[in-house]
Amino acid sequence: MSHEYLSWGRINNATSMLDYAPISRNKNLDFADVNRILTYGNGRSYGDVCLSDQASIINSRFLNKFIHFDRKDGILTCEAGITLQEILKLIVPTGWFLSVTPGTQYVTLGGAIANDVHGKNHHAVGSFGCFVEEFELCLSSNERLICSKAQNANYFFATIGGLGLTGWIVWAKIRLLPICNPNMVTNSYKFANLDEYFALNTELAANNDYTVAWIDCLSSGAKLGRGIYFTGAHAGYQEELIQPKASHLGMPIYLPVSLINRYSLQIFNFLYYNRRQSSAPVMQHYEPFFYPLDAINNWNRLYGQKGFYQYQFVIPFTNAREVIAEVLKHISKRKMGSFLAVLKTMGDIGSGGLLSFARPGVTLALDFANQGNKTIELFRILDQIVLEAGGAIYPAKDACMSPELFMRGYPNLDKFKLLKDPKFSSNFWRRVVGE
Amino acid sequence: MKNAIIIGAGSTIASCVIDKLAAKDFNIYLLARDSEALLEKQQDLNVKYPNANIFIQAFDVLANSMDQITEKINICFDTLGTVEVVLIAYGTLPNQKLCENDLKEESSALRINGVSVLEICHHVANKLQLQKSGTLAVITSVAGLRGRQSNYIYGAAKSMVNIYLQGLRNRVNQYGVQVLTVMPGFVDTKMTAEFKKGLLWAKPGKVADDIVNAIFKKKDIIYTPWFWRYIMLIIKSIPESIFKKMKL
Ligand SMILES: Cc1cc2nc3c(=O)[nH]c(=O)nc-3n(C[C@H](O)[C@H](O)[C@H](O)COP(=O)(O)OP(=O)(O)OC[C@H]3O[C@@H](n4cnc5c(N)ncnc54)[C@H](O)[C@@H]3O)c2cc1C
Ligand SMILES: NC(=O)c1ccc[n+]([C@@H]2O[C@H](COP(=O)([O-])OP(=O)(O)OC[C@H]3O[C@@H](n4cnc5c(N)ncnc54)[C@H](OP(=O)(O)O)[C@@H]3O)[C@@H](O)[C@H]2O)c1
Repeated sequence: MSHEYLSWGRINNATSMLDYAPISRNKNLDFADVNRILTYGNGRSYGDVCLSDQASIINSRFLNKFIHFDRKDGILTCEAGITLQEILKLIVPTGWFLSVTPGTQYVTLGGAIANDVHGKNHHAVGSFGCFVEEFELCLSSNERLICSKAQNANYFFATIGGLGLTGWIVWAKIRLLPICNPNMVTNSYKFANLDEYFALNTELAANNDYTVAWIDCLSSGAKLGRGIYFTGAHAGYQEELIQPKASHLGMPIYLPVSLINRYSLQIFNFLYYNRRQSSAPVMQHYEPFFYPLDAINNWNRLYGQKGFYQYQFVIPFTNAREVIAEVLKHISKRKMGSFLAVLKTMGDIGSGGLLSFARPGVTLALDFANQGNKTIELFRILDQIVLEAGGAIYPAKDACMSPELFMRGYPNLDKFKLLKDPKFSSNFWRRVVGE
Repeated sequence: MKNAIIIGAGSTIASCVIDKLAAKDFNIYLLARDSEALLEKQQDLNVKYPNANIFIQAFDVLANSMDQITEKINICFDTLGTVEVVLIAYGTLPNQKLCENDLKEESSALRINGVSVLEICHHVANKLQLQKSGTLAVITSVAGLRGRQSNYIYGAAKSMVNIYLQGLRNRVNQYGVQVLTVMPGFVDTKMTAEFKKGLLWAKPGKVADDIVNAIFKKKDIIYTPWFWRYIMLIIKSIPESIFKKMKL
């Protein structure tokens, strides 16, 4: 039976030829007569890495079982279709946390490995792949490989950040982080422009486990790049624990038009930047700190029928200030900015993933309502800036980048091609590389 | 500790119920078709609930004879002792078109979703009656409330179970046995993985919550989510002379 799959931006979709919904990790799937295969995690990628037309899709949703939990040493083994939320429910009460987490807990373990996702602590600890001990990879020949740094290392490093193209990750073993409780101690600092951001970052990134900044990308001139810098750390002993707020907010329907436009953005950005700030540290449950957007179910539907794009790139530290300023100028000039503009510096600890996005430098992530050609034209301008700065665009968020930009941003591409499974393929891959 | 038996433990809805019972400190006997998946499920539950005792047996209502299934159920009761909850959750969504052209297909759909369920209820009810306690919960469907051209084979089987449970409830009530009929609407599960999901679709966790609450509140019949009671009220009220012309 076939099925239509969507990604998070709701612009890209793909209809499968056939769906596999495995319920047992140890049973082989019949790949004999299929030409194209791709694993679908939870569709939290924005563009087309998780989509493939005319393909047989391994829907990993029902492979979400735990296999082993070493509570003493914080080593967890589970099936790759499990979500980070399901993992957190098990590990947090026992004093462990994910060593790395992206900005939503609704991604699968397999998806987190395949995009080698990064979090607010990249500058301090590296990406998700740095904490993967081993996993089982099933190739289209149905050969199963246990991969680690010591065993099938070439497949290990090709699969971390491998965009699901080396095969199907069946299960994985990850290393966790010890915590005292679910609370976070957080601080926020306003900065008036990009210079202040970089000064603040030098000081704060050196001393904080988690850092991230929101910027108001509609501001310009002397205020260009103003925003709020957030830091966080796992809390120590607490006399009283904070409970997460249950969320009942949701967007049950698709709107015909986007609620997010230049007017609502201007209002939001103004209010957000000028909201009351506490100068004292604030105690927070980890959910609002790491996953603020998860509080609104299906928030992607706010962008209406036409959907939206996300544009995330990383550029090296040299000239970063000038490059980011140039990007912001183009955006504020067109008033096309996004209300989720996230700026962060990444550190030099790498996972070794051949196609991993995370690398030392400055990364900026922006949302854009889909305004057709107008949006694409802006991306072409930004692409050129990123290309010239020696940067790269994040495939997990991408729906538009050119083959050239991909090739230049991912110098290990040729090495990767040798390890890519001949039958695994995605719309993303065919767009930027070809068959 | 309390004890439960889940027949059709591989079902997405049942999986959620199992978690909720295990979290409430139940020992659980799981019966499911796929023995490999069963072992993996047992392992999963052992990780999540180190204190619960989880037992497993494979069963298949098509491949096993009724005697074999009866024997399997006896083993569950013998292992657990007094059983508080038995949930029957297995089922298939038959391909209606295929059934119309292939009687074998139709009979097997009726056997899985209808007759085999009654046979298992027959045996379980007698066990609970002897115990003079316990709950028998069975997942049927709102599809069993009115026959529609798009899935009346499935509907007929579910409807048969609905009526059987009504009679059974009436019979075992005096022994302190609860019989719970669970009628879900559209639920996002393995069975419906290929369907486009809209506003009326519920998450399996929500349905499982409703089931567990209904068990503890000793309910007789539930619609889940609740609004299906009203949708079905409307659908049932359409005169047959009009209904027969509708494309449903
Ligand atoms: C609100 C929000 C915030 C986000 N924040 C961040 C962030 O801070 N940092 C960051 O790095 N990313 C972030 N992301 C992106 C997200 O983390 C990635 O796109 C992630 O990979 C999505 O995982 P998924 O399980 O939904 O996988 P999908 O999107 O379904 O798939 C992603 C890729 O993984 C592959 N894949 C999935 N499962 C398997 C498997 N079992 N075996 C082999 N391949 C597999 C797919 O083929 C595909 O190539 C965010 C996304 C959202 C919606
Ligand atoms: N999903 C809905 O929209 C919906 C709506 C109304 C009612 N229901 C009812 O809810 C119940 C649970 O279904 P679900 O939605 O959770 O779907 P599901 O995940 O597909 O579960 C159905 C289970 O039945 C098992 N099964 C199928 N044939 C069997 C056989 N011959 N012998 C033993 N077991 C067999 C399957 O085993 P495997 O795991 O080995 O495949 C599967 O685990 C069913 O009775 C269904 O009719 C569902």
